[in-house]
Amino acid sequence: MPPMPQLSLSGVVPFNWYLILSVILFALGVAGFLFRRNIITVFMSIELMLNAVNLTFIAFSYKMGQNDGHIFSFFVMVVAAAEAAVGLAIILTVFKNRQTLEIDEVSSLNN
Amino acid sequence: MPYLILALIKTVLVVAIIMHVLAYLQWVERKVIAHVQLRVGPRRVGPHGLLQPLADVIKLITKEGLIPSHVHTVFYFLAPFLAVVFALIPMALIPYGGDITVFGVHTSMQVTDVSVGILLVLGLSGMGVYGVALAGWASNNKYSLMGGLRSSAQMISYELPMAMAIAAPLLMLNTLSFRGMVDGQAGFYFGFLPKWIVFQGPFPQVISFLLFITAGFAETNRVPFDLPEAENELVAGFHTEYSSMQFAAFFMAEYANMITVSAIATILFLGGWHPLWPAEYGSKFVPTVIFGLSALVCFSHAASPARPFDRITLPVFGVIFLGIAGAFLVPVIQTVLLPLFWFGAKTGTILFVFIWVRATLPRFRYDQLMRFAWTFLFPLAIANLFLTGLLVALS
Amino acid sequence: MDVILFLLFAGVAVICAINLVLQTHPISSALSLVGVMGALALIYLQLGGEFIAMAQLIVYAGAVMVLFVFVIMLLNEGKERKMQRKLWVRWGGPPLLFVFVAIMATVVEHFLPPSEGVTFGAFTKGTAEAIGTKLFTVYLLPFEVTSVLILIAIVGAIVLARKEID
Repeated sequence: MPPMPQLSLSGVVPFNWYLILSVILFALGVAGFLFRRNIITVFMSIELMLNAVNLTFIAFSYKMGQNDGHIFSFFVMVVAAAEAAVGLAIILTVFKNRQTLEIDEVSSLNN
Repeated sequence: MPYLILALIKTVLVVAIIMHVLAYLQWVERKVIAHVQLRVGPRRVGPHGLLQPLADVIKLITKEGLIPSHVHTVFYFLAPFLAVVFALIPMALIPYGGDITVFGVHTSMQVTDVSVGILLVLGLSGMGVYGVALAGWASNNKYSLMGGLRSSAQMISYELPMAMAIAAPLLMLNTLSFRGMVDGQAGFYFGFLPKWIVFQGPFPQVISFLLFITAGFAETNRVPFDLPEAENELVAGFHTEYSSMQFAAFFMAEYANMITVSAIATILFLGGWHPLWPAEYGSKFVPTVIFGLSALVCFSHAASPARPFDRITLPVFGVIFLGIAGAFLVPVIQTVLLPLFWFGAKTGTILFVFIWVRATLPRFRYDQLMRFAWTFLFPLAIANLFLTGLLVALS
Repeated sequence: MDVILFLLFAGVAVICAINLVLQTHPISSALSLVGVMGALALIYLQLGGEFIAMAQLIVYAGAVMVLFVFVIMLLNEGKERKMQRKLWVRWGGPPLLFVFVAIMATVVEHFLPPSEGVTFGAFTKGTAEAIGTKLFTVYLLPFEVTSVLILIAIVGAIVLARKEID
């Protein structure tokens, strides 16, 4: 195991902590995505996952010393905004047709 | 001096002064609107109604806080908190003056100079929508919900022309920090015309200034764009169900937003704390002259007062104004007070325009308001940005 | 000081994320997500990405989440009903998640080479000028493509959400 930098409250932040935070947020996003029934909450868990990935991009961009990660993160944000707009329009249409927001009840498949 | 202690001192000063300015802005508004409407305004509480804000604060604090049933309690209490917080944070970013040296400490009259200051202010005004929307929704009241949603839709719609109107002078200033913006407007053309952005080549940003002020009216929900909170329309809109201190919080948030918009317009378009004409032509004596003239007016009115108690109060005001005029002549305080005076004068002028428009114009209907934003202001903002970019690139 | 700030913002982010998953009313989840985004914007600031932090605040927390909040308020569905998942899902899910996090954390610790820590101010290429230069020279094509993408999204959203005029 590689030696960790000195952990103290007045020092620098170890780099791996950012990645672990990103993993925790991503896992919570996956949990929300799999365990919740409201469509909008599921969509918000997807946004949480995208945010976790953004954090990873920016952390590695710091480590590499280049700002390409920032630009990638910027594009992820733009795409997420466009996706949110269209996704919420779809959710509104689903609500208009099925009068419910639960993902288990909008299924028309048999069983 | 350690940075943290300096920042704390500046924060305390800014909070104290801005809170008083907020309270007395309400007094100024009531007096100005009253005089426009040929009446007098508050005059009983203290001389010329000067203690009216204090009376209002005491009234609002001691009023019964009525919480209707079936409100969503958490959001009902969270909404005014959010509105006030996001309205007051920009006070820490605005530069009120230049670099000063007080008791040997060299600092600037700004709590912190964020390098992306204008973007932060834009983001915070976008977050201010949450307070309004949550207030409308949490009140469990159809009129509040409609008022809240309309108001937030209006605020989001006018953020776009505002952002574009901000982007155009940024092309000429090449910086995002407030201090850099004011430094880019120092100096004078031909020795007497100030290099403010509204006068600066290659394209004087007059259209951007008007766009920003118009969008600022809509962002702060002021007349003529105040349909969502007008009292004879939607039963006071999103703050119908709020009483006492929470209503005071929304009120305070609206005035703080107004001051922020005026301050940003001053910094971005009118040159911050730089004087109107160079110091060698005597611009250092402008505040002295203005306050001296006010003292003269007070004394001349005290000779033949309209009301008997003015025989006592008006000379007191005259003496106070003379004291302030004298304070502007002392060289030690002059370096601190002069930039503050110019900044305050420009911001105060824009605030006066806000109040003047409120007293004069009728309000827009909601669909007219939204159509105005999307079909007129937004294309105009894009065209202005395009033209500015073209002229900057060609020069 | 950096460590205290990072722990504070990371704690806020994780607590808000847990709140998002556990709350029943979608509005509480939406506001918790706004809290996560705000905390993440401050963490980006610590990593030197000042432009990205402001973009996160303006675009994500100030526009996308407002859209979410609007839709939730308009649909007004209320709290979610209790989920009736099978017993093994309800009791086996959270431990599996914990195992996933543990595995990923171990991978991160073991396989990444040691690096010096993160200090605020060490990364200077995150300014608007640096990102703008790169965005308009090296990454110009993706920039133009994303503007077309936004146009497609606008047209799609309008078509999907309009009322049929009979």
